[in-house]
Amino acid sequence: MAKVTVPIGPQHPALKEPESFSITLSGEQIIETNMRLGYNHRGIEKACEARTYIQDMYLVERVCGICSHSHSTCFITAVEEIAGLAVPPRAQYIRTLIAELERVHSHLLWLGVAGHEIGFDTLLMYSWRDREVVMDALAALTGNRVNYGINTIGGVRRDFTREQLDSLLKVVDVLEERTKYYIEVATEEPTLINRLSGVGTLPHDDAVRLGAVGPTGRASNVNRDVRRDDPYLAYADLQFDVIVDTHNDVYGRTLVRVGELMQTYRLIRQIVKQIPDGPVTVKAPRRIPAGEAVSRYEAPRGEDVHYVKANGTDKPERVKIRAPTLANLQSVSRMLENNNLADVPITLAAIDPCFSCTDRMIAVADPASGRRETLSWEALRQHGIRWYAGRGVDFAALNRKLGRKLGRNA
Amino acid sequence: MTTAWSLYALLVFPGLLFLAFLGWTLEFVDRKLYARMQNRIGPPWFQPVADFIKLAAKEDLIPAEANPRMFKLMPVLALAAVLTAFLHIPLGNTQPPIAFEGSVVVVVYLLTIPTMTFFLGGWHSTSLYSMIGAVRTLTQLFAYEVPMLLAVLAPAVLARTWSLTKMAAFYDQHPFYAATNLIGFLVALVALQGKLERVPFDIPEAETEIVGGTFTEYSGRLLAIFRLAIDMELVAGASLVAAVFLPFGLGLAPLWGFLLYLLKVLFVVFLLALLRTVTARVRIEQMVAFCWKWLAPIALFQLLLSLVLGWRIWTIMKS
Repeated sequence: MAKVTVPIGPQHPALKEPESFSITLSGEQIIETNMRLGYNHRGIEKACEARTYIQDMYLVERVCGICSHSHSTCFITAVEEIAGLAVPPRAQYIRTLIAELERVHSHLLWLGVAGHEIGFDTLLMYSWRDREVVMDALAALTGNRVNYGINTIGGVRRDFTREQLDSLLKVVDVLEERTKYYIEVATEEPTLINRLSGVGTLPHDDAVRLGAVGPTGRASNVNRDVRRDDPYLAYADLQFDVIVDTHNDVYGRTLVRVGELMQTYRLIRQIVKQIPDGPVTVKAPRRIPAGEAVSRYEAPRGEDVHYVKANGTDKPERVKIRAPTLANLQSVSRMLENNNLADVPITLAAIDPCFSCTDRMIAVADPASGRRETLSWEALRQHGIRWYAGRGVDFAALNRKLGRKLGRNA
Repeated sequence: MTTAWSLYALLVFPGLLFLAFLGWTLEFVDRKLYARMQNRIGPPWFQPVADFIKLAAKEDLIPAEANPRMFKLMPVLALAAVLTAFLHIPLGNTQPPIAFEGSVVVVVYLLTIPTMTFFLGGWHSTSLYSMIGAVRTLTQLFAYEVPMLLAVLAPAVLARTWSLTKMAAFYDQHPFYAATNLIGFLVALVALQGKLERVPFDIPEAETEIVGGTFTEYSGRLLAIFRLAIDMELVAGASLVAAVFLPFGLGLAPLWGFLLYLLKVLFVVFLLALLRTVTARVRIEQMVAFCWKWLAPIALFQLLLSLVLGWRIWTIMKS
């Protein structure tokens, strides 16, 4: 077969969010990968500037559907640092507890997605069934399955009773047993190992150079974890191991994630045992004094960085979010080199991408004049209409057709 | 056979109508088993029929770039080929409508045609995903077809006949010799999984890589016919494996013999469903390597075993 360019995305069954990868193939072998981001930009950073800190907290929680607590906590840590608030220890422990439960559900979700991408749907069904256990536990604790809404500036919104905390131990026992089973599957099932090892290789030096974070980096022996290197919340008081692996491939990333699950259960047990008594919140001012802060957070997918600049009002001057996917996305091209088309979905999935978290506004650069400009909404809309008209799609006609249809039905 | 009887055999039993209903039943059984083994509830019994009716009621979309004649012809051709193959296979102890010396080879040959139609249909869709799927279909065909043929030939060599009916008669007289074909049975099961393009060999239609593979551009009635042909291929493949490798209980009364045949087919489908539950999809080059490095030599070994055994049996019978 001659060279062909296969579009993976913006709409493709392997991708859960719109993003475009055009892959040039010779037969089944990948020669070149081109990435285009920006299909899923929601303008959250800009929207933050128009809202109060309390509103922003809920908005930022919706940056990601999986690591919602990560973004909300990361943002609020920066705000509390500017305001000089001392968050009570019990609140810190509760935040840590939710963060670790979130890691469990994120990693189990990933395991299922990875299974699906390599056509191993049984793994998907099993791991997502078990994920329900932790989802139910989160719903019982916070009232919600994903956007927990547990944080508030200066603490947390809910306190847990001893019974609630103790009931978590049973949940952890169930999950630990299931995770041990998955470790067994991952290390013994031959088709799984054959499909994952040697795929999407990211050597250690490249991982460092390209700034891979989280499990993606740790599977290439990048021994970094914000929880240990720059402790936040209650992590300084807790014992856990940072799981690293030297496989450098998708198989290594799988081992790191299931290994991290076991460490997370260890952390949850410690939190339930050690959680101090006391208040869960301190009074926070509505207006945050002028200042700026950067906060780091080890989200399930890697290091999450938030920058907040306050100007003395009740709204931030600037919020900047660097989601872990942005750090890991650069390494995808390297991982895909000399791989097969069959490995594209799993290699992409192995960084556990969250594209909507990553997409940002793009300035249009004209390579001829070197001029940079940003498009207004109206200009962008007109550009879109022209672009499609050039390809034979007439939106005016479609609109008229739709109007007639609606008119007839009404 | 009279014309009326031929038409009945062709269209009702064991022809189109019976085959279609058995195909839908087996698809349901397969999906239900797959679901139960994955801890899911699974579809209701009428789901395959409902899918067929839904697809048949929908609009046929043919890509502007596609060759419309080939595009429309392929599903029908696949259906016809599977139907013709099925007419050669004995169901339990019944005499198949077409029986002659050499039916084993004809069945295996006819069951290759659907795969060729998948290739041609995908190729003539001219969509990128379809074409990659089509090339993979063909690559895969070259991998599983030889082990499949070798595995099916071994029992025939032992029985010294190319006729499925005469093979059945031979194993009915010497039931224990059927046990020597166990290796061939396993090889045939794996190869059949490849022929039916099911996990771990669903490479030509790998959803997460190439959307729908060969069938990406197919919709409506044409897709419905393709789906039906695949269901019927499952019946034909399972029946062939059952007739060749599980030839026991052939002396029963016709009704019981037929029920036993259904049981055998269900057993084969159960094994196929189990195989797709416990495996991940392999890559095309892994599939080809597996078939040539493992499956084909094992099938050759079975053939050798049958040759040696066959020589022994027939010299004893002569003396």
